[in-house]
Amino acid sequence: MESLAAWFENNFSAAAGMPKELIYFGAILISCVLVLAFMLLLVLFFIWEERKVSGHIQSRVGPMRVGGWHGWAQTIADTIKLFLKEDIVPRAADKRLFLLAPFLAFFGVFAAFVVLPYGERTLVTDLNVGVFYILAITSFSVIAIVVAGWASNNKWSLYGAMRSAAQIVSYEIPMTIAVLVPVLYVGSMSMVSLSEAQSGGVWNWIVFRSPFTFVAFIIFFIASLAETNRTPFDLPEAESELVAGFHTEYTGIKFAMFFLAEYAALFLVSGVATTLFLGGWNGILPTQIMPGPVVFCVKSLFLVFVIIWLRWTLPRLRVDQLMYMCWKVLLPISFVCLLGVAVQKLLF
Amino acid sequence: MMPAGLGSATGCRRHRESAAEYVRDLGGMTMDTVEIEGKLQTEEMLLNMGPQHPSTHGVLRLLLRMDGEIVHDVIPYIGYLHRCKEKIGENVTYQQFTPYTDRLDYLASMNMNLGYVLGVEKLLGLEVPERAQYIRVIMAELNRIASHLVAWGTFGLDMGAFTPFMYGFREREKIMDIFERTCGARLTYNYIRIGGVSRDLPEGMVKQISEFLDYFDPRIPEYHDLLSYNKIFVERTANVGILPLDTAIAYGVTGPCLRASGLKWDLRKDEPYGIYDRFDFDIPVGKGEMGTVGDAWDRYMVRIIEMQQSARIVRQALEGLPEGPITGKVPKMIKGPKDKELYIRTEAPKGEIGFYIVSDGGKTPARLKIRSPSFSNLSVLPVIAKGGMVADMVAIVASLDIVLGEIDR
Amino acid sequence: MTPDEIYGRLRSTDMDAVPPDDVEKLSADDASELTLKVAAESFGKVAAYLAKDDHLGFDSLMCLSGMDLGEELQVVYHLFSIKHKHKVTLKVNVPKDSPKVPSVEGIWSTAGWHEREAFDLFGIEFEGHSDLRRILMPEDWVGHPLRKDYQAPKEYRGIPVLPREEPE
Repeated sequence: MESLAAWFENNFSAAAGMPKELIYFGAILISCVLVLAFMLLLVLFFIWEERKVSGHIQSRVGPMRVGGWHGWAQTIADTIKLFLKEDIVPRAADKRLFLLAPFLAFFGVFAAFVVLPYGERTLVTDLNVGVFYILAITSFSVIAIVVAGWASNNKWSLYGAMRSAAQIVSYEIPMTIAVLVPVLYVGSMSMVSLSEAQSGGVWNWIVFRSPFTFVAFIIFFIASLAETNRTPFDLPEAESELVAGFHTEYTGIKFAMFFLAEYAALFLVSGVATTLFLGGWNGILPTQIMPGPVVFCVKSLFLVFVIIWLRWTLPRLRVDQLMYMCWKVLLPISFVCLLGVAVQKLLF
Repeated sequence: MMPAGLGSATGCRRHRESAAEYVRDLGGMTMDTVEIEGKLQTEEMLLNMGPQHPSTHGVLRLLLRMDGEIVHDVIPYIGYLHRCKEKIGENVTYQQFTPYTDRLDYLASMNMNLGYVLGVEKLLGLEVPERAQYIRVIMAELNRIASHLVAWGTFGLDMGAFTPFMYGFREREKIMDIFERTCGARLTYNYIRIGGVSRDLPEGMVKQISEFLDYFDPRIPEYHDLLSYNKIFVERTANVGILPLDTAIAYGVTGPCLRASGLKWDLRKDEPYGIYDRFDFDIPVGKGEMGTVGDAWDRYMVRIIEMQQSARIVRQALEGLPEGPITGKVPKMIKGPKDKELYIRTEAPKGEIGFYIVSDGGKTPARLKIRSPSFSNLSVLPVIAKGGMVADMVAIVASLDIVLGEIDR
Repeated sequence: MTPDEIYGRLRSTDMDAVPPDDVEKLSADDASELTLKVAAESFGKVAAYLAKDDHLGFDSLMCLSGMDLGEELQVVYHLFSIKHKHKVTLKVNVPKDSPKVPSVEGIWSTAGWHEREAFDLFGIEFEGHSDLRRILMPEDWVGHPLRKDYQAPKEYRGIPVLPREEPE
């Protein structure tokens, strides 16, 4: 984004006369719009992908008609339908909080998108505390869920919200420690530095540089499944138990926003995993053949595919088993990884 | 003010001021307020599951009294699907009642038909030709497979695994095709009639059924890979909803639930009816392989093995299928014998279905009582779900495999 | 045990508290089935004895049905012994205006729901039942539908119960 601002300044004679703040502001706006558009397109694609993948796993085909080839326009049709639906607000619901919750969910994900390094020069901004920023912002999703559950004034929603809050807050800890492992290894919290440190071929990717980082990757992946409320950790949305959990009472656009936030979060955690462990924008070969953003997206999309695959294969964990897994399994292992990587850095 | 105590058989609906009053009116139950150290009081929460709910397997209402996630009590409310079958039974003729039996356990209509028809035939002393007997066994066992596939699929669905549901219904489609070709219907068949069956097997049906069995046999190991031994599924179902054997017998639990609690009891072997004594098959019993004897996993596994055994029976029946007529001599207007009654029970997929038929010599029965397996199976739910969590309760209801059609009649 | 043996055991000295007339053997078409008519007052003791005695050991209540015999109501119990594999049918008659039968919920827990159903559909009151209320019909339904002289109400909470009469 800074370079975009500089580019503006240099190339547009009309811009030369404007104050710097205005140019910056323009650049920010354009970057955000681009990221938003990218996010929306991704979500459109993911929802279609989920339906096709789930269909094929379940021995059926999924959408086939809307738009012609394998129903690619299905999500567009569904989104239009959602927008046209009646916007129902339960009478006993807390109106302001009810309206606020979907935006909070959306904000939590979107604000973190701007720090993802899509390519060497394709990024919005390079915060030197990028990793920390992402961890902080994604915690917003808890607030959104709890507000949604509470404001709906519905016992089932409240139940889903409570379960989700407990789950997300608990799993943040092994996730954070797993994230600390590559940070410790590379010595920087900046997303760009982390990606740059992994250049030079597939064996330079952090995930392959040490057994501890490999395990940390797996822990991060599992914890991120819990963070995004995906099976086997999707108890808060357990359709068969709680109708629809915390978003039972939401219809129309607000429901669409929750949906959007969930699928965007999938890409977000995949993107973070890619940057931290799987090499970021660096390709498999030492020299970069494909452009950085393409490589980044391919890796992230592959991880999203794995997440979708897991959803349609595994049953879901009960809430106490979920907590057990977090506190008694993932947490100790992640501590060991951190210790191991620290020792490794010291000795080698 | 309405007195608490005996439920309101003649009372009226009124607005309850609080959850406590609601519970009191339910028959004297008390609601506890649990005082934790200090001044913090927590109250139990009343939560309603159903009547419309994705995982209550029909229109069933469960009132849960919970403290956080722990279920202190479950009160089932049934009757939402009550269609006055027993009253109808007193007003239609014996033959006219057969389609009504289809709608009892609509997932296993053939077995419902069979139970009723066997009772009427025994009452009247009618002979059924051999070919019809064999066809009845084939159809009943195929329907048992279909019913257990639904149980399997919905169990997986309730546990969050969406795929077994699709696979189970994919297999069911093949069975539905067989039934549709034979009798014209996919769900409520009215095929097994008094005296025999309504139509003969169409051309190529024996081959179609054999092909289905060849297709189905390798599916069971696939199901084991997908769900049965999946660690998450085992964690959710092992040691959950343990039903001790004496509780099962006291509460009249029958069928796979009783066998899962350790008792090797199957009416097809222990009180054989029709020609079941000619076939060779095993009775699976719960062994507590993954947890304790009588837990939800055992109930699940008994059904899977029963499907395999049913396939075995169908193969043997296909081999021994003789030629001949498909209906015996049945009087056009059936008049029951004077002052004769009987109670006949057969092994339906969900358990023991009993028909108590009382005849007073008229064209219609004097009393037709239907003892359904799911009615008794469901009555044990409050006992085994107590102390577990809501998620466990979903697993227990799924493992009991109830159908509201036969509970409410 | 054969039906005669079962009947004989019931008549034995252990059942002193029960007047002999209260247990009557009904003729059955099938010699292998035993049907007994038991008076309502002694029914509790008879049922307990049938369940607890080692040789009889009727641990399973297969079916509990209500019957409307016109002047009287009847409860029919079909008992089975898993241990000994024999069956017995018990019939208890009670007058229609005061149909009270001792509850066997304490002996066979399955009777809990079955007796509720008999109460709901016939109006038979089971004394000693822990929670006798309607089970299939709504809580505020009036009348007992399976009685022969039952008249369906014209409407239930504003909804017509029977189909409207077609004009001739």
